[in-house]
Amino acid sequence: MIDPSVFQLVCFYAFAAVTVVAALGVITLRNSVHAVLSLVLTFFSTACIWLLAEAEFLAIALIVVYVGAVMVLFLFVVMMLDIKQEHLREGFIRYLPVGIVVAVVMLVEMLALIGVRTMHEAVMGANPATAAGLSNTQWLGQALYTQFLLPFEIAALILTVGVVAAVALTLRHRGGTRHQTAAQQVAVKATDRVRIVKMAAERPATDAPAQTQNPETKP
Amino acid sequence: MGEQILNQLVWPIIYILCIAVPVILAVAMFVYWERKVIGWMHVRMGPNKIGPLGLLQAFADVVKLLIKEVILPTSANKFLYYLAPLLALVPAMAAWAVIPFNDKMVLANVNAGVLYLLAMTSLGVYGIILAGWASNSRYALLGAMRSAAQVISYELAMGLCLVCVLVLAGSLNLTDIVHAQSGSKGIFEWFMWPLLPVFVIYFISGVAETNRAPFDVAEGESEIVAGFHVEYSGSAFAIFFLAEYANMILVSFLAAILFMGGWLSPFPSSVPFLGQGSFFWLFAKAFFFAFLFLWFRASFPRYRYDQIMRLGWKVFIPITIVWVLVAGCMKYFGWVSIGTGG
Repeated sequence: MIDPSVFQLVCFYAFAAVTVVAALGVITLRNSVHAVLSLVLTFFSTACIWLLAEAEFLAIALIVVYVGAVMVLFLFVVMMLDIKQEHLREGFIRYLPVGIVVAVVMLVEMLALIGVRTMHEAVMGANPATAAGLSNTQWLGQALYTQFLLPFEIAALILTVGVVAAVALTLRHRGGTRHQTAAQQVAVKATDRVRIVKMAAERPATDAPAQTQNPETKP
Repeated sequence: MGEQILNQLVWPIIYILCIAVPVILAVAMFVYWERKVIGWMHVRMGPNKIGPLGLLQAFADVVKLLIKEVILPTSANKFLYYLAPLLALVPAMAAWAVIPFNDKMVLANVNAGVLYLLAMTSLGVYGIILAGWASNSRYALLGAMRSAAQVISYELAMGLCLVCVLVLAGSLNLTDIVHAQSGSKGIFEWFMWPLLPVFVIYFISGVAETNRAPFDVAEGESEIVAGFHVEYSGSAFAIFFLAEYANMILVSFLAAILFMGGWLSPFPSSVPFLGQGSFFWLFAKAFFFAFLFLWFRASFPRYRYDQIMRLGWKVFIPITIVWVLVAGCMKYFGWVSIGTGG
């Protein structure tokens, strides 16, 4: 009854529809927090589509990296901003031509990519992971760490440089800030902070009974 | 045709209920156990009025919370305010799908199980952030901000800990990870020995990731009254509570599966009866870790916020990165026989 391929197709269209609607929501919703959440939904349904295409590693990496970390920080920033929502609509007509040009260029590029892929179907062959009898993640790992090790390491290096550069650009040393040195805090001994004084519990009897009365009790 | 519907639809739903209902019941009993244990540690009785030994206290609390009114704060974002508890609960429950209870008992024996767990645990933070923002309250927003920064920081350390396990086990499948820890020497075949620092860091990160004491600055009842859920009442609050405790139990199970051999017995396989693997072993190990959560809460004062960040970024992440290299060397040069399954 439920043909798996038909079910897969229905799922694909459902996920694709959610992706498109959510992507539209990103650029049309007035509330910027809602827009960010819409982007999260876009990523999530894109991951679902990738799962259907048996790219399980990419799909889960998309959720872990983008949904789980990047978008959380994004949301973090957007919540902190106090955006006047009416100002957001300004300049829509002014930037419309630029937007249309970008959209058309992207459309042409995507169509070209689809054309190239269909033409090279024979050249590219079947899914290499299934051909090798491995899971998608395993095959991707083996390809990245053997065949493409050098490009992979270079990419890692570039990303590290990017992180260091971003920190170096934004790090400002202000004068007058107080820092705590954890090493010093750990090295503290009880004798540095508290002085234990030994003394008798009661005054010696020879001591003059000065101020036995409470000075507050005046007539 | 009817049989096919049964196989594709009805049985999975029954299996899901077989996991979800015990998890919810476990949360109820865990709350009771927490109050009892902390009571004993404070030299108090703990709940002892409702039911024998106070066992029905958790259920009384649930009924109380369910019949209370859910109050919507002034000019709160209504949609997100009601959505946030669900966003916290859904990942907490969904993550249970890949947990193997013994050799055969697993709902979804997926190849990328560990990745799926990482994805699900990283989604839970949305519930907290949105709850904080949608409540339209200063305290809730402060709690949400603290929580977001903390969860993201400790997720990195946790992910690197998982990498160490993956390197030794050579698989992302949780059942295979447990099988890699099997062998004739029982307890000495577990990953906790070659990965001891990582094991400790993993559990501490788990405590921080679930926003539990001593890392509970997101709630910080003495500073920001209750953090992200200060405005929530009734059943919405109950859902946050459920998600938090389900996450704690999940972290306990994961620590048992990844580092302490899951359902495998601590005794050598030559010992009769006790040497056999069973899900009772898994429950015993998970119970031990769940107990640690309560022990921590009763023992330690709350960390200061900058100390939490320092611990995560400057202590845990460097140690785990070094240990990833060490684990790689262990595997490559064959320094340890653990993980080869022999």
